[in-house]
Amino acid sequence: MTMQIADSGSLTSPDAKARAHALAARDNLRTEPRAVRIVIIALAMLFLSVFVVLPLVVVFAQALSKGIFAYFAALSDPEALSAIKLTLVVAAISVGLNLVFGLVAAWAIAKFDFPGKTFLITLIDLPFSVSPVISGLVFVLLFGAQGYFGGWLRDHDIQILFAVPGIALATTFVTFPFVARALIPLMQEQGTQEEEAAISLGASGLQTFFRVTLPNIKWGVLYGVLLCNARAMGEFGAVSVVSGHIRGETNTMPLLVEILYNEYQFVAAFAIASLLAMLALITLIAKTILERHLDEGQDVNDH
Amino acid sequence: MTIEVRNLVKKFGSFAALDGVDLKVNDGELLALLGPSGSGKTTLLRIIAGLDWPDSGEVAFNGEDALTQGARERHVGFVFQHYALFRHMTVFENVAFGLRVQPRSIRKDEATIRARVKELLDLVQLDWLADRYPSQLSGGQRQRIALARALAIEPRILLLDEPFGALDAKVRKELRKWLRSLHHEINVTSIFVTHDQEEALEVANRVVVMDKGKIEQIGSPDDVYETPATAFVHSFIGESIELPVQVADGVVRLGDRPLRLAVDGLAPGASRLFVRRHDMLVGPPGSGAFEGAVQHVRNFGPVQRAEVALSGGQTIEIDAPRGRELRAGDTVGLEPRRYRIFAG
Amino acid sequence: MGLTLSWLSVIILIPLAGLFLKSLELSPEQFWNILSSRRTLNALRVSFGLAFAAACVNLVMGSIIVWALVRYRFPGRKLFDAIVDVPFALPTAVAGVALTSLFAEKGWLGAPLAALGIKVAFTPLGIFVAMIFIGIPFVVRTVQPVLQDLEIELEEASGSLGASRWQTITRVILPSLAPALLTGLALAFARAVGEYGSVIFIAGNLPNVSEIAPLLIVIRLSEFRYADATAIAVIMLVVSFVIIFAVNRLQRWAQNRVPVH
Repeated sequence: MTMQIADSGSLTSPDAKARAHALAARDNLRTEPRAVRIVIIALAMLFLSVFVVLPLVVVFAQALSKGIFAYFAALSDPEALSAIKLTLVVAAISVGLNLVFGLVAAWAIAKFDFPGKTFLITLIDLPFSVSPVISGLVFVLLFGAQGYFGGWLRDHDIQILFAVPGIALATTFVTFPFVARALIPLMQEQGTQEEEAAISLGASGLQTFFRVTLPNIKWGVLYGVLLCNARAMGEFGAVSVVSGHIRGETNTMPLLVEILYNEYQFVAAFAIASLLAMLALITLIAKTILERHLDEGQDVNDH
Repeated sequence: MTIEVRNLVKKFGSFAALDGVDLKVNDGELLALLGPSGSGKTTLLRIIAGLDWPDSGEVAFNGEDALTQGARERHVGFVFQHYALFRHMTVFENVAFGLRVQPRSIRKDEATIRARVKELLDLVQLDWLADRYPSQLSGGQRQRIALARALAIEPRILLLDEPFGALDAKVRKELRKWLRSLHHEINVTSIFVTHDQEEALEVANRVVVMDKGKIEQIGSPDDVYETPATAFVHSFIGESIELPVQVADGVVRLGDRPLRLAVDGLAPGASRLFVRRHDMLVGPPGSGAFEGAVQHVRNFGPVQRAEVALSGGQTIEIDAPRGRELRAGDTVGLEPRRYRIFAG
Repeated sequence: MGLTLSWLSVIILIPLAGLFLKSLELSPEQFWNILSSRRTLNALRVSFGLAFAAACVNLVMGSIIVWALVRYRFPGRKLFDAIVDVPFALPTAVAGVALTSLFAEKGWLGAPLAALGIKVAFTPLGIFVAMIFIGIPFVVRTVQPVLQDLEIELEEASGSLGASRWQTITRVILPSLAPALLTGLALAFARAVGEYGSVIFIAGNLPNVSEIAPLLIVIRLSEFRYADATAIAVIMLVVSFVIIFAVNRLQRWAQNRVPVH
């Protein structure tokens, strides 16, 4: 679909005119007139630039607006460091949990048939379609002072809400679908033949899993972990509801961005935001690379 | 409608899909473009339809330049290999599509369109499927609907790309007969592309054999089978025995063994000898141009297929009539009833 | 197996069951009073209304972007293709502060718009902008693969049957994309309705005017009015369920291309 226009110098003879008409007729069949194409491309680029590129650029521009020293000073503030640490810890916990259970859930769904399977698949998607605020709310209802387990927790002096466990729990809930979603189609496509072959050759269940199943889905696992991690580090709504915003203790990076922004500490807010934006960009690059690996894997299966 | 194609060239990068093609299609005939994949037959069909454009050359319909018209204006019915039926429309709407998109000035009223679609569905004998969706049809039914849809615009030419390619063997055979009788009924100049020689020979009035972007031979099905014009046609159509021979001093030699074959008008040099399997007559040792030992015999209904090791070292397969049974180990003389020798 | 099911129910079902149990503690009148209060109604109206408007914009602009990315070759195409995913990947709080800064009265886009008399940040228009931002990947990524797989022969067939390019687009291409377009619309809508982080910074959060339903839940929680929060959440959840159900039906219908009887 290259852009083509007739050579204007040769348009004088009637024969050349007919040829030019033929060229236009050819393009008419499968693509639009050149002007329409240019307008569509321009609209698409303009829209994406305004709504996606500019916000991204603003983050870095604001973070560096007072110079590089102010930027690094903001990042090395104890409050910032504690938020970064908490974010890493929470992401590690929820990625770890969701890796294990995502693997198990995908395994069960892809390799076995049981009643209610379709319902289960819908269930896995649920955290995607529920407002993050509602996800946080349900944990408040369960573990809050007036919640179902609130009294019991208080009696045993266990702090979940407004503490790290609550944040980790809410984050795990919100990021639950990523690993399972990445693996289910992959494992379904691969079927059970290879596992059955391994078992018939005398491999134990665990050996089969680590030597046959896992190598087959390793790119899918990485893909799921990558997206899960990005969302875990960036989650705001659910965490905001359960964290209690205790400075230096229960503030993750996104929460700190909010606090600093509301206190008009724009450089500091955007400095933290710039770290998260970089995380997003790195995630997207890694995702592109992984998708290439996943496609290759599929090509091999196709032929 | 006659179609005339002159010196058509079409390159995709450095690959020449069409390399100087000349062709004349007569009014009302049913022509087959036959060739292996990559021979340029589909490209030629698409250029005639206005779906592709040549780098150079001419296409004329009834003597008028067709290359100044786009596919919309050519009034050509095109049946795609995978049918390209519109999945979101019923069978009825698929067939009606070409009538509904006509410019308002010439568009017919709803009743006329309905009557016309009904007529076409009757023609392809699928009127009872009018309300179905393409996904609910079998392959053969889709094929016929695609044909009805192409006919709805009253095309001046009907073009079919591998019309039976995606069907299973039994449906294929039925549809071949049906297509021939349909063509007889509607009598529109038609061209179809196929890589299946049986299909081309059985359905078409005339066959165009193509290879590597060039036309190798144009002729009736009998012509291309009985008197192949080139080595390619001989090996592509029908089962052939092919042997490398030398022509020198008025003698044809296989290795160093002279063959008692006529060499009238043959240029000296390395050549290839072609014989149809069933044209190799079996006689007692010393009776023919060749001599060999029977290795294997298998019976296929009325013929016995024998693998014979020639005294020169080559192994060939021949089809001999049943009656005089061959056995492994027999030494036989072989005489080609008909043969052709091509230089190169 | 058993482990999987119990894990799933622990992590997903129990919390949600808790939500519905909590809402059952309310009498129907209480439930109705909460929902029919002016502030709740307005918050729901803002969330659902603006989310639907934003999803419609995304439907149109998403289609244009998909068309450009799939059908045309232009410099930077691959880059723009990758950029579409940014709203997926960018943490919502970051998107929120970035959009606010961009559209604030002194921002890069806010200043020229203010000169034209258009105020974006801290108005419902700001909510609308943020919802467009987060919704765009849903339409693009749902429609893109379908357009890529659409056989070019369909367009050739349409053209050779005499259809103009415009007729081919409106009668053949768009109907073929319709299920994907509707799915993308529904997904963008569902996401925008529940969106919190990227909206609250730019919203202004004026009760009855620019206050979204998720923010009202947070406010009710901070006031310890758990019942109010729960009632609003339940309504939003029910709508989400309906949307998921509709999307699933839509996809099954698209696969079969058989009219739903």
